[in-house]
Amino acid sequence: MSGTSLVTARERALAVLGGEPDDATLRRYLHGIAGVDAVGLEQRAAALGTRSIKTTSKKWALDRIISLVDLTTLEGADTPGKVRSLVAKAMVPDPADATTPRVAAVCVYGDMVPYAVDALGALHGDPDDGRIAVAAVATAFPSGRSSLEIKLADTAEAVANGADEIDMVIDRGAFLAGRYGLVFDQIAAVKEACRRPDGTSASLKVILETGELVTYDNVRRASWLSILAGGDFIKTSTGKVQPAATLPVTLLMLEVVRDWHLMTGQRIGVKPAGGIRASKDAIKYLVTVAETVGEEWLQPHLFRFGASSLLNDVLLQRQKMTTGHYSGPDYVTID
Amino acid sequence: MSFLEYAPAPESRAILSLRDSYGLFIDGEFVDGRGTPFTTSSPATEERIATIAAANTADVDDAVAAARRAYDRTWSRMSGRDRGKYLFRIARLIQERARELAVAESLDNGKPIKESRDVDVPLVAAWFFYYAGWADKLDHAGLGANPRALGVAAQVIPWNFPLLMLAWKIAPALAAGNTVVLKPAETTPLTALLFAEIVQQADLPPGVVNIITGAGDTGAALVAHEGVDKVAFTGSTAVGRAIAKQVAGTNKKVTLELGGKAANIVFDDAPVDQAIEGIVNGIFFNQGHVCCAGSRLLVQESIHDEVVERLKQRLSTLRLGDPLDKNTDIGAINSAEQLERINELAEAGVDEGAERWSAPCEIPENGFWYAPTIFTNVQTSNRIAREEIFGPVLSVLTFRTPQEAIAKANNTPYGLSAGIWSDKGSRILAVADQLRAGVIWANTFNRFDPASPFGGYKESGYGREGGRHGLGAYLAPATAGSVSRGGARAVEAAAASAEERPARRRRTPKPAKKGAAK
Repeated sequence: MSGTSLVTARERALAVLGGEPDDATLRRYLHGIAGVDAVGLEQRAAALGTRSIKTTSKKWALDRIISLVDLTTLEGADTPGKVRSLVAKAMVPDPADATTPRVAAVCVYGDMVPYAVDALGALHGDPDDGRIAVAAVATAFPSGRSSLEIKLADTAEAVANGADEIDMVIDRGAFLAGRYGLVFDQIAAVKEACRRPDGTSASLKVILETGELVTYDNVRRASWLSILAGGDFIKTSTGKVQPAATLPVTLLMLEVVRDWHLMTGQRIGVKPAGGIRASKDAIKYLVTVAETVGEEWLQPHLFRFGASSLLNDVLLQRQKMTTGHYSGPDYVTID
Repeated sequence: MSFLEYAPAPESRAILSLRDSYGLFIDGEFVDGRGTPFTTSSPATEERIATIAAANTADVDDAVAAARRAYDRTWSRMSGRDRGKYLFRIARLIQERARELAVAESLDNGKPIKESRDVDVPLVAAWFFYYAGWADKLDHAGLGANPRALGVAAQVIPWNFPLLMLAWKIAPALAAGNTVVLKPAETTPLTALLFAEIVQQADLPPGVVNIITGAGDTGAALVAHEGVDKVAFTGSTAVGRAIAKQVAGTNKKVTLELGGKAANIVFDDAPVDQAIEGIVNGIFFNQGHVCCAGSRLLVQESIHDEVVERLKQRLSTLRLGDPLDKNTDIGAINSAEQLERINELAEAGVDEGAERWSAPCEIPENGFWYAPTIFTNVQTSNRIAREEIFGPVLSVLTFRTPQEAIAKANNTPYGLSAGIWSDKGSRILAVADQLRAGVIWANTFNRFDPASPFGGYKESGYGREGGRHGLGAYLAPATAGSVSRGGARAVEAAAASAEERPARRRRTPKPAKKGAAK
């Protein structure tokens, strides 16, 4: 998949903002958006979590969850061998059942991209076509504390190595200090760095790190800011900060995406990442997506789970639905 | 296949073991009624559930007499601490049997199982737990030391929250030391009768709680009965008015919780996504069969179009259907009669020039249903802006300034509840201060807690239920010579008095006590 073009993103932002994206203009715009009532938001998320997904719906949901997973390894201890193992799991999640769908992408550090691309071979490609994309975290992940030059070099290198998707982090310090213009410019610059020589572009996921933004009002503003600056996806977390993805935060980001779509017609993706380990929880996210932005969002280019251990729990549930009984952790493979 | 067409997820009815017919619960036993029995049916399918006995005046006499005996001999002499023990026991039994009660409630009333499971039944248990805690602390109820119970309470409750309204009535009455005769609504007697079983299971002294079923005339006979010291009624303003007239000039104390036409005021700085949820919860919760429902939406003109548009989108996602399906949002209308009234008022709305919009949902073939509906372009003089519809119908009006919002909100003969949506705390407080309504919610709606008093202004009734104030409705200040409720007088209760009771037309043997923890 490829991201939206930079020029249209900037033009759109200027039109929406009615001026240059400097601190003052952005502040006026972002602070003019209706606030979030925390109690009400959490109640709504909890209510969506009570949906009861059974039988055929559950079967569909489990398969869909697998096809929306960004299978992730982001450790200091990562090696080419570990990445190859991850890729093998991504291609054949359940060796015992050939009907199991593939995951959407593997998500690795930038220096691991060549190994992932190599291991995927012919299966490397667009998840909408049933292939597997390579996503790379970049921009001094996870803290983002580095100069813009280094962030851009980090991004460009990952793209050059064959990454299809870039998961960048925003500068939370700048955001919390009210320097919205700086955050906007950095996202826009990274978006530019996602461009390939042939004119196509890697898709850009913007990580808000909601655990550091703390308030729902901040999450809403950061979501708007990231979309205005050209992000193709907004992503909750790096997985390195707690709390990571939560259902209320994801619901809030989906509401922003829905409102943006109503306003501009453009569809932005959402990726909750970190802390989603159980099928039951993942199904709650599917329900929340379907009932907030619509079922059409449940596609790899509009919704992803950033997860590692989730996949095996889904496979266990899937086996249970097929065989009628629960197996155990030794009946699914570790990657 | 569409994911959003969730596969059916019905709650199992297997947990219910209903009898084919139910008698009256008088003096701790189920007895035959002497009126003409009637059937209770499921409003979602119109299928018969059970045959229910009807109480005639002789049965009402028996029930009141049983309550009087229990009051004189047992309950009024028991220490508050011991009364509290019984209430705690009832609360725990309700929790143990929560699923069963939820299924019965949804079956009989038509409300979605997710509401009976997540709202009604947990609140019922909470109400009993809360007032159980009060039973030995009545000196702190605000009426001075040693307040006394009133005696026998006649309680008549509506069909919209059958078990919850029972809890609102019985829990404070028993905590305060009264005995009760309660009449559930004709269309929804089932959970009250299951509650009678819980009363038996809890080994409550006979006669402390009596439940008599029947139609309006049973309720009227109960309210008019000379042996009654207190009347508590929840229901329509018309009936409430009749009760007020009937008890005028007697010594009976009265609390009435009647109709409402609540304003839900949305300011332009409201947290809009949550406000939409709140509007939906305010009027479409329980199919709008809520006396405090936010049936008049007052929205600031500057955001009117946006709010209505978002509301329509949200309503389009509501699921109407089988109340026992765990994914149902909107259940059945409780009765054909109520559906008729909703239809009539909605037609009046159209005739008066309001614009009607109904959510596009499939209406099941059998049963009573009404699609969630909103009326825009409603004027304050329209019937749908004045009269209580008691159904899933929202009237949308606009305002320009806070003063206009307050004036329009107060311009109703009712005054039960109101809602305010704004991000500005100072505005919420200033507006709430000027609204004449018993309950005012800020940035939420239809939230209940046993510690919070509930009741109305004007034609919405008088007296308060819930909280310390709710106790006041079942207590009087100590009179000279009235005795202390000290634990020393705790009485050798049930066993002794049971022998003195006259022979009854016993209908079913008392069930073995199933693990009522003591």
